[in-house]
Amino acid sequence: MPKYKQTEEIVKLMSNKLNVRNIGTLAHVDHGKTTLSDSLLAGAGLISQKIAAQALALDYVEIEQLRQMTVKAANVSLLHERNGQNYVINLVDTPGHVDFTGHVTRSLRVMDGGICVVDSVEGVMTQTETVLRQGMDERVRPLLYINKIDRLIKELRLTPQEVQERLLKIIRDFNSLIETYADPEFKEKWKVNPNKGQVAFGSALHKWGFTLPIIASKGMKFSDIVDAYNKGDIERLQKEFPLHVAILDMVVDHVPNPVEAQKYRIPKIWKGDISSPIGQAMLNCDENGPLVICVNKVIVDPHAGPVVTGRVFSGTVHEGDILYGLMAKTEGRVQQVSLYMGPYREITPSISAGNIVALLGMENIRAGETLVRTQDKDKMYPFEKMKYISDPVVTMAIEPKYSRDLPKLIDALHKMAIEDPTLSIKINQETGEYLIAGMGSLHLEIALWDLNQRTGGIEITTTPPIVVYRESLTKALGPFEGKSPNKHNRLYVTVEPLNEKTMELIQQGVIHEDMDPRERAKILREQAGWDTDVARGIWAIDSYVNILVDATKGLQYMREIKDTVIQAFRLNVAEGPLAREPIRGLLVKIVDANVHEDPAHRGPAQIMPAMRDAMFQGFLSANPILLEPIMKLDMKVPQDFLGSVTRIIAGKRGKIISLEQIDQTMHLVAEIPVAETFDLSDQLRSATAGKAFWGTEFARWSPVPSSMLAETIRKIRERKGLPPEPPKPEDFMSM
Amino acid sequence: MGSLSFIGLGLSDEKGMSLYGLELARAADIVLLETYTNVMPSLNIQSLEALISKEVRRVNRQFIEDGNSLLRDASERDVALLVPGDPFVATTHIELRVRAERMGIPVRVANAPSIISVAPGVVGLQNYKFGRSATITFPDNYSEVPYDTLSQNRKAGLHTLLFLDLRAEEGRYMSVPEGISLLMQMESRRHEGVISPGTLMIGIARAGSPDQLVRGGRAEELASLDFGPPPHSLIVPGRLHFMEAEALEVLAKVDRSLLSKNIDRS
Repeated sequence: MPKYKQTEEIVKLMSNKLNVRNIGTLAHVDHGKTTLSDSLLAGAGLISQKIAAQALALDYVEIEQLRQMTVKAANVSLLHERNGQNYVINLVDTPGHVDFTGHVTRSLRVMDGGICVVDSVEGVMTQTETVLRQGMDERVRPLLYINKIDRLIKELRLTPQEVQERLLKIIRDFNSLIETYADPEFKEKWKVNPNKGQVAFGSALHKWGFTLPIIASKGMKFSDIVDAYNKGDIERLQKEFPLHVAILDMVVDHVPNPVEAQKYRIPKIWKGDISSPIGQAMLNCDENGPLVICVNKVIVDPHAGPVVTGRVFSGTVHEGDILYGLMAKTEGRVQQVSLYMGPYREITPSISAGNIVALLGMENIRAGETLVRTQDKDKMYPFEKMKYISDPVVTMAIEPKYSRDLPKLIDALHKMAIEDPTLSIKINQETGEYLIAGMGSLHLEIALWDLNQRTGGIEITTTPPIVVYRESLTKALGPFEGKSPNKHNRLYVTVEPLNEKTMELIQQGVIHEDMDPRERAKILREQAGWDTDVARGIWAIDSYVNILVDATKGLQYMREIKDTVIQAFRLNVAEGPLAREPIRGLLVKIVDANVHEDPAHRGPAQIMPAMRDAMFQGFLSANPILLEPIMKLDMKVPQDFLGSVTRIIAGKRGKIISLEQIDQTMHLVAEIPVAETFDLSDQLRSATAGKAFWGTEFARWSPVPSSMLAETIRKIRERKGLPPEPPKPEDFMSM
Repeated sequence: MGSLSFIGLGLSDEKGMSLYGLELARAADIVLLETYTNVMPSLNIQSLEALISKEVRRVNRQFIEDGNSLLRDASERDVALLVPGDPFVATTHIELRVRAERMGIPVRVANAPSIISVAPGVVGLQNYKFGRSATITFPDNYSEVPYDTLSQNRKAGLHTLLFLDLRAEEGRYMSVPEGISLLMQMESRRHEGVISPGTLMIGIARAGSPDQLVRGGRAEELASLDFGPPPHSLIVPGRLHFMEAEALEVLAKVDRSLLSKNIDRS
C-alpha cells in the first residue's frame, strides 16, 4: 500500500496515546535482530516482503551489512492492527555490539518495551545479559523472541520434544536474569510466560513466527509447526504465521502504552522533582503540558543537516517552535517535524507526547540532550547524565595524505562525532594532529571505513592505534603540602584510592556532581562505607572517576578559592604525573589550608600550582601504577579449532574465563589486554578458517603487570615527547 | 661572597629611588627589575640604565617566585633587585628575603614610597584612621573580601584603601569606575547596605607622580569619570575629622555638603 497514506494514518493515531507503543530490540550480535526489524518493516508494507530478509533496511551503512550487525540506531514508526484497533508502534533499533554501549543506553531511555532476540542454538549469552540488564536499569519491559528455530529443526535435527526442552531452557535462563536484575516490584511482573503470549518463536530469515496463543487460536500445537517445517512447507508458515504479527501482537498486548509506562519510568530515568508541574506532565504523558523531548540520537543528513530524534515525554512539538537545549545551552528553531519510516523521513505538522520524533533545523544538539521551550529552561532538570559503561580506550592520529583534503576530513570527523557520541575527536594542541578515540580496535576500524565513505575516499594516513591507559595509586597517604609560587598560600591534601563500590556508583551514574549533596552523602554512606561528614564535603566528581573532597572545617576564604581548586583538580586528573594519562580512582581530600586574605595574592596563578604540587607529591608517593584496558572476548568456535584459539589467547597475555560445550561448538569467554588485540581479528580468522564468530566488549581496567610497568611508562612518555623518566615526588616540593 | 639588595623605586619613575638605593644599584654586579607587581607610569629603562651606568635585566613573576636562580647568583655576586613602590609593603618580597637570610646571603634594603604611605597623604586623610586594605580583583578571580573589609571598617568608622587589580603581564589594569561598579555588584548581591550610589569615595590615579589625579565625590559620579592611564586606586573614607574634611574639599574637590554628612560630630 502507498506509503503516504500510512503516514497520515499514523500521525492521526499518534495523538491517541493509548494506542502507541515504543519498543526496541535487545540482542547479542548476530542473533538476528536486524532481520527481525526488517520483517516488521515488511509487515507494515514499507518494503517488499520478498527482500525484507535480505535488504536489512535498518543498516544504512554497507559495512554493517558486511559485518551483519547494526552499528547505528534508527527509529521507525509502524502501523499494526489488533482486535479491530489500529496501533502505532515506534520501533527504536539498537545496536547489538557492546562496543557502542552509548548508543544502547540512549535508545533504551526512549523505549518502554524491548524485544530480546535470542538465537535458539546459541541460547542466552553474556551480551544478552548485558543488554537485558541495561534495559531493566532504564525500566524497559523485556519480552522474548527466540529466533532461528529453523536451525534447531534443520541443522540440529532435534525432535519436537527436544526442541521444546531447548526452548523452555532459554525461557528459564531468561526469567532467571529478570529475577536477578529487575527492580523488586517488577521481578514477578516481567517474567515471561509463553502461554500468555509473552514469548514469540520463529525464524526472522524465513519470516514466520508465532506465539502459543496464536497457534492455539488456529487449533494447532507446537509439534504441528515442527512438522510443517520438516515437510518444507515454509510458504504456508509464512502465510499463516507471519512473524510481524506474532511480534507486534505481543508488543500491543504486553508493552505498556506511554501513559502507563511514563508513570513508573519517569521517576527512574529522570532525577528531577516529580511533584513539579513538568514532572507531573511527564508522569502523565500530558500532550498539553510543557514540552520535553529527550534526544536519543542525532544523524547528519547530507542534504538536510543534523536530524535530531528523540522522545516527546510531555507536550506537543510543532513546526516553527523555538526549543532550548539544556546541555548545549542554546536555542534553535524547529524547521521541520517529522517521523521515520525506515530510512525515510515523513514531514508532519506536529507530534505529541509519548511518541518518537525527528526534528530538523536544530544545530548544536547532541544525543542525550533534553529539549524544552525556552521559558521552561530553568524549571527543567535535564535527564540524568548519560551512563557510559565504557570509556574510549583506543586512539589514533589521523591526517589526509594531501593537505588540500583537510577541510573534507575535518568536516567528516565533525559529523561522525555528532552522530556517535562514543567516538571522540580531539586536536592535539601541540602537533595539530587530529586524534580519534573509540571503544576498541573494531570501533576505530568501522570509523575509518565510515570516514572513507563520507569523504569519497580521500587518502588518509593513520598512526597505529594507541591504547589509552589510566594512572592510579595503591596506598593512602598524606597530608602533603603544596605552596603557591608566591609562598603566601598553602594547601594540604591527602590521597587515597577510591573503593570499588564508590567507583561503581560513579560509573553507573548513581552518584554524580549535580545531585543533591545530602542524598549523595546518604548513598555513599549506606552503600560505599563513607563517613557522612566527608561525603558532604564533596566538591567535584570527575568523569575519569576521581573525587575531590573539602575536609576542612570553617577555614577562611575556602569558598573563594573553591572554583580554582576544582579546576586544578580536573586538570591534574586529566593528565597524571606518571605519563600524562588520566588518573582513575583517586580520592583527594583537602585537610587544611592557609589562604591569603587578599584575593590579589591568591589568584588562579597561585592556587593552581599549589594544588598540583600537593596532589602530585601525594600521588607519586602512594605507589602509583598504570591501568590498562582489558577486553572481553565472547566467542563460539568449532571444537577442532579450540587449540589454536587458546594458543592465540595465551600468546596475548589473555586468560580464559569460561569454556562451555554446546553441541559441537565451544563457547569461550576470555579476557585480553586491549594492547594485544590489534591483530587479533586477523589471527582468529585465519586460525579458525573463518568458522568462529565473536563479539568483544570492554571488561575493566587492570594494573599493568609490574614487570612491564616501567617500560610501558617510558614508551608512552617517549611517544608524547616527554623525558623518559617520570617525575619524583620531590619534583613537586617547593622550598 | 655575594649579596642581595632590595631597592624600592617609588611610584612614578627612576627618580623615586633613594640615594642609598642608587649607590647599591651602581655597586651591584647584576641589576634586575621586576615590573609585574605594579605599573610605574613614567619609568624609562634607558634613563634608569644611564642613571646607574649598568644594564638592567627585566625579570618576570616566575623568575622571582621561583627565586632559585636569583639566590644562586646572589650567593656569589652582588645582586640588586629593583622593585616598584617599596620592596616590602603592598606586594611583599619577604619570602625571597627570608630564603636569602637563611642561606646566609647579606641582605640590604633601600626603602621607597609605597601606595600605602602615599595614598592617605595625597587626599589628606590621617594614616592612623585607616582600617584594613583589600584588593578589588577582576571577576575571573572573584572575591567579596573587599566588601567584607569595607563593611568592617565602616562599622568602626575607619577609612578603607582599596587596591585595584592589575596584571601588568597581561596589560590589564582596573580603573576607578570598574572598581566602583564591582563594589556595587557586590552590594546588590549581598544587600547589607555597606555602600550606595551616594557613598563618598575618592579615586586616585598615578599617585605620587607629577600628573597624579585625585577626585572625590559620590560613587555614582566617580563611576562616570575618566581617570586616565593606570595605576588607579580607591579610598572609601570613614568618619571624617574636620581637618580631613577640609583637606578633601581642597585636594579632592569634594562638595562641602557631601562632606558634612561624613564629619564625625561625636
